[in-house]
Order: sequence, then C-alpha cells, then structure tokens
Amino acid sequence: MSATEANIPLGEAAWELPSRGKVGMGSLIVAESAIFTIFVVAYIFYIGKSLSGPTPREVLRVPIVGTICLLSSSFTMHWAIAALRKGRSGAFRAFWFLTFLLGAIFIGGTAIEWHHLIYQENFTIQTNLFGTTYYSLVGLHASHVIVGLIGLAVIMILAVLGKIRPEHTERCEVFSLYWHFVDAVWVVVFTTVYIVGR
Amino acid sequence: MAASTDSLPRFAARKNALAVIYEWLGTADHKKIGLMYIVYALVFLVVMGVEAVLMRIQLAHANSSFLSPEVFNRLFTLHGTTGVFFVGMPILFGFGNYLVPLMIGARDMAYPRLNAFSFWMTAFGGLLLYASFFAGNSVAQAGIAPDVGWFAYAPLTATAFSPGHSTDYWNLALLVAGVGSISGGVNFIATILGLRCPGMTLSRMPLLVWMNLVMGGLVLVTISPLTAAQLMLLADRYLGAHFFDPQAGGSVVMWMHFFWIFGHPEVYVLIIPCFAFISEIVPVFSRKAIFGYPAMVAATTSIGFVSLGVWAHHLFTIGMPSYGNAFFVLTTMVVAVPTGIKIFNWLATMWGGRIRFATPMLFAVGFLFQFLIGGLTGIMLATAPFDWQLANSYFVVAHFHYVIVGGILFSIFAAFYYWFPKMTGRLLNETLGKWNFWILLVGFHLTFDTMYVPGLLGMPRRIYTYEAGRGWESWNLITSIGVIFQGVAVLIFVYNMVWSYLRGPLAGNDPWDAWTLEWATTSPPPEYNFAQTPAVRSRRPLWDIKHPEDPDSKYE
Ligand SMILES: [Cu+2]
Repeated sequence: MSATEANIPLGEAAWELPSRGKVGMGSLIVAESAIFTIFVVAYIFYIGKSLSGPTPREVLRVPIVGTICLLSSSFTMHWAIAALRKGRSGAFRAFWFLTFLLGAIFIGGTAIEWHHLIYQENFTIQTNLFGTTYYSLVGLHASHVIVGLIGLAVIMILAVLGKIRPEHTERCEVFSLYWHFVDAVWVVVFTTVYIVGR
Repeated sequence: MAASTDSLPRFAARKNALAVIYEWLGTADHKKIGLMYIVYALVFLVVMGVEAVLMRIQLAHANSSFLSPEVFNRLFTLHGTTGVFFVGMPILFGFGNYLVPLMIGARDMAYPRLNAFSFWMTAFGGLLLYASFFAGNSVAQAGIAPDVGWFAYAPLTATAFSPGHSTDYWNLALLVAGVGSISGGVNFIATILGLRCPGMTLSRMPLLVWMNLVMGGLVLVTISPLTAAQLMLLADRYLGAHFFDPQAGGSVVMWMHFFWIFGHPEVYVLIIPCFAFISEIVPVFSRKAIFGYPAMVAATTSIGFVSLGVWAHHLFTIGMPSYGNAFFVLTTMVVAVPTGIKIFNWLATMWGGRIRFATPMLFAVGFLFQFLIGGLTGIMLATAPFDWQLANSYFVVAHFHYVIVGGILFSIFAAFYYWFPKMTGRLLNETLGKWNFWILLVGFHLTFDTMYVPGLLGMPRRIYTYEAGRGWESWNLITSIGVIFQGVAVLIFVYNMVWSYLRGPLAGNDPWDAWTLEWATTSPPPEYNFAQTPAVRSRRPLWDIKHPEDPDSKYE
C-alpha cells in the first residue's frame, strides 16, 4: 500500500478502444497473407520452369462452379451476421448453413479436381515444379477452407442448440473476417494458378 | 468440501512443490508466463554459451583436434539456432509479456490462454531441437544434431545431402516455435491496441510499449515467410516436392531469398525490444524525460518498414544485377538514418541530465557504444564491393556478434538489473552488478574486437580448424581468452540473481524513482496488477502523481 498506488485516479468514462477480437484477427490475417505471398511468389517464379510435363494447360480445368460458390459464400456470411445483429436467429441459421454448404461445395470441387489429376492424369506433387507449386499453393488454401468449415460447423451446432444470441454478433463477425480473408486469397490463387499460370 | 475457512491458511502453507509446479504449468497469467519465457531463455543461454566455449577451445590454436569437423558443424548450427529462436526471442517476449500489460495499466494480455499456448509452443520447439541429440540420425549414426547451419541453405538440406532426420528436427523445431512467435505477435498487438487504460492514447504510451507494438507487427510479416519456406522444405523432404531441388529445375537461391526475407527483419525483431529497454532506462537514470519522443516512435516504425526491404544484402556474393545490388545497398544504408536518430535521442536525453551510473545505466551506456560500432561495421558490410571481399569471413561473425552480444545482450542485462526488483521484490546487488558489467565489458571487447582482424586477414567463418602461419593464431587465442571473462561475468550474474532473490534488499514499489505505470503497483505485482484501473494524463503518469504542482500533462 503505497502512496503512489492509492493516488492513481479512477478511469474516465468515455474511453473507446479498438475491439481486441478484430485487432487479433486482423493481425493473424496479416501473418497469413505473408505466408501466402511467399507461396504465390514461388508459384509465379516457377511458371514455365518445369523440366518435364505436363503443363498447366494440358491438365488444369478451371473450377468455375467452386469459385462462384466460394465467392458467394462471403455474401451469405455477411447476411448471416446482419441477421444475427437484428436478432433474426432463423435467418441467421439459414444463411450460416448456406455459407457452410457453399464452402463445402468448393472443397468438394477441389477434391474431385485432385482426384482427377492424380488418378487420371498421373500428376502429383512429385511430377515436376508445376505439380510441386500447384498442390502446395492450392492445398494451402484448401486447408484454410477446411479450418474455416470446421469453425462454421462449430458455430452452426451452437446455433442449432440456441447458444448463439445477438450479443455474440461481434465474435461471429471476427470469425467472418477469417472467412472473407480465405475468399479473398482464393481470388489471388485463382488468378495466379488458372489465369496467369495457365 | 470439508475445508473450513480457518483451515485454509494451513492448507496454503502445505502447498507442496507439486502444487507449485502445477500452478506454473497451468498458468495463463502474463507475469508468470513472462518469467517462464525468461527462465527458459536463460537455460538456453547457458546451453548456447557452452557450445560457444567448445568452439572457441577448438579455434584457440591452429590445427586443433579438440572437436571433430562433424561435431563442430553441429555446434555452430545449434549455437546460432538456439541463440536466435530459443534465447533471443523468448527472453524478449518474456520481458514484453511481463511489462507491456503493466505499463498500459491492463490486467493481462488480450488473450491469456493464447499467450500460454505461445510460450509452450516455443518451449516445445527448443526441446524438439535438442531431442535430435537422442533421436535424430544421419547416414550411419544415431543421435545426431542438425548440422546444416542456422540458415540451412539448400541443397544441403535436401534428403540426398542430409539423410536421416537431423535436418527435420531443425525444420520442425523452428516451425513449432514460429507458430508460437506469430501467435505471440498477434497477442502483443491486440493487447497494446485493445487494452490500454483510460487516457493512454497512442501518443502517451511508454516507448517500450510502442516498440513492442512495432516488434509484434514485424513478427507477423517476418516469421511467416520462414514458416512458409519451412513448409516448402518439409514438402521437399517428406512428399518429394522440388521447391529447392536443382535437378528438377528448382532454385536454391530462392531458399536464400526466403530465408533472408525472414532473417534480416528478424534482427530487428530482436533489437527493437532492446531499443525499448534503453528508451526506458536512459531517461530514468538521466532524470529527464526522453528527448524526441515522436521522433523515436517515427524512427522505430520506419526501421520496421525499411528492414523489410533490405534482405538481399545477404546475397551480394550470390550475384545480382547491378541495379539489384544498388537497391539493396541503398535500402540497407537508409536503415542507418532512423537508427542514428535514436542514438542521438538517447544521447540528448543524457545530455545535461543528472546521470546516476547504477548498473542498469552502465549496461545501457555500454549498449550505446557497442551497438554504434556494431552498426557501423554493418554499414561497411552493406557496401556491396566490401561485402564481396568479406562475406563469409570472420568479419561478418564479429559484426553480428557485436550487435547481438554488445547490443542485445548488454541491453538485456540492463533490463534485468532494472526490472528484477519489480519481478521479485528485491534489488540485485550493485557491487556484484558492477563486477558483472566490467568483467563482461572486458571479455566482450577481448573476444569481439579481435575477431574482426582474422576476418580482414581472410579467415572464413565455419571452418573447424586452420593452418598455422597465416597470422590468425594470436587473434583467435585472444578471442578465446575473452570467452573466459564473459563466462565469469555470466556466473557472477547467476550468483547475483540467486543471492539477491533470497537475501537482496527489499525494493519497494519504485526503487528507481521511475515514471511508468509498472512502478505504481507492488513488487512483485499482485495477480490482478492494479487494484483500480489507472488513468493517465501524460507520458509519465508517476511523475504527475509525484509532482502535482508541475505535472507533465500541462505540457503535452
Ligand atoms: Cu541483414
């Protein structure tokens, strides 16, 4: 009990700080962006440097459906959060489920694409530099989608159990930042792999 | 529950060692985690010190056969890797963990459990690295530590050249520790931006907090590239990918780029928290407010940004187009400008102050001079033609040890002598502290001043021995003798810590008559840090309280 401790005045009322959830997620996104940047740089650097076939043009099929699904899942996610904020839990659950479904369709599309490449085209991560960079970049993104799907599923179960209420809007919003990020990264990956690299 | 209230004290007194261990293992308190980081790092400091001693015995004279070449390779790999990832980072994260919430008047970090996760990931990484001694294997032997150097250049790390698992231990240990560092960085940023006490605007934050914020941001964009590159290496080694495989068209130079995109800013991840210590200690022991606070913040931030664009000065000898060389020479030299601003600000803070040369200040002044010289030799190496001559020589080794030991280690000692009273409630012994300082100073200069010379005379780094008659012997002998002094200084420090922890004079809340919030609470602080959330009106809240007639808030 010192004089100094006792003399510290009480906090003032009007004192607003950034939400630590959003700051934390934002920071995580910065770190993740750096990881993706390195993988994208490696991809671009190795375009056309493979010593043997196949080339991207020979084997890659552009995943139009998956891309449309993943990108629209950002909108359904946004609407889900907006519904939760207004306390419309039915709409929240519906949009949330739709988001999950769209993400799942995307990852299913990737699975089919990989299955085709591996078993029909005999094209693996070991085949050449294109295989190395393709599977690692697309796989890195896909693993992020899977993590996102797990998060979506957990919140969906909680919502079905009635545990998600309007006061949890901010937490869901923080999670949605991650999902939007995964979507945005897909734009970059798609451009790199299917437009620039093909 | 049968325990009644009157039996509680007896119960607490009987709290046995197991319960204490359990309490520490399961803690999410930022102070306990901070202390665990620090103790953990000190253990590894001793480990890396022993590795250095072994190498210096080997190099003390020509044609020595004290160590085999293979063992020497493992020793310098472990020495460097341990020093950066399991001594430097944890000790600075530890101080940051302990001090940042206290200095911003918060109860804890933003994510206490994530904080514990970060620590245990780092701890696990270190143990994993050293587990290679027992479990790693190579061509014919079992129990082999990694031997690919701390920057693990490709293609040496390819399975063809590093069979067995020793390289995987290096890779996985750093991956795990990297995850811990990144989550730690996230936590620092969220804490500093989200948990400041009322009145603590960004422009009133203590410089230590500012610099830890920049450090946190740098960790995010620095460690992640290494993580990415290590994932690629993992794919190469385990899945048969070809990222760094020249036989499939892969580029080994790409690993160099990726590693140094991490490696150079990493130096600033280490040095910026040290700037932070100095920025707190120099004003308190000069009895003046820091000179040029906004310039310090601006300089720190710009160092953070510029340091991201200088990495290829580690690749001058690999061969780059001339505009590439020119770019990286220039950006590297630009770093010297904000760094110079900082040094001038610290000097200007001391100028005209009533300086008290207590041990923390001695170490801080030692830091200033040695960091300056270390930085200047860095500028010499940043000049591409000079680097062509001296890259991979002992001149480089001397340069970065000058910064790491003369700069980082000295400022860490300053921080220990300054904040030990806050952490333990007892002051470190001043006499022992002065012996610690002077002997370390002598040892440091014996070792590292002389180390520049064999570098200039052409001695390459990482050789396990050398021939007589090249003019390197006496320099190497003096270098090795200096290590004895440094070892003695560290022993004095350890003795001082143990003795003072048990017998040292009680510190009280505020032994240095300082101005930042951590000194407003008890030493050591209670679990909740502050009984009431403090509110601040200036950069020096305790000055305002001690001098109500002339508070800083009048001038800000
Ligand atoms: Cu550098």
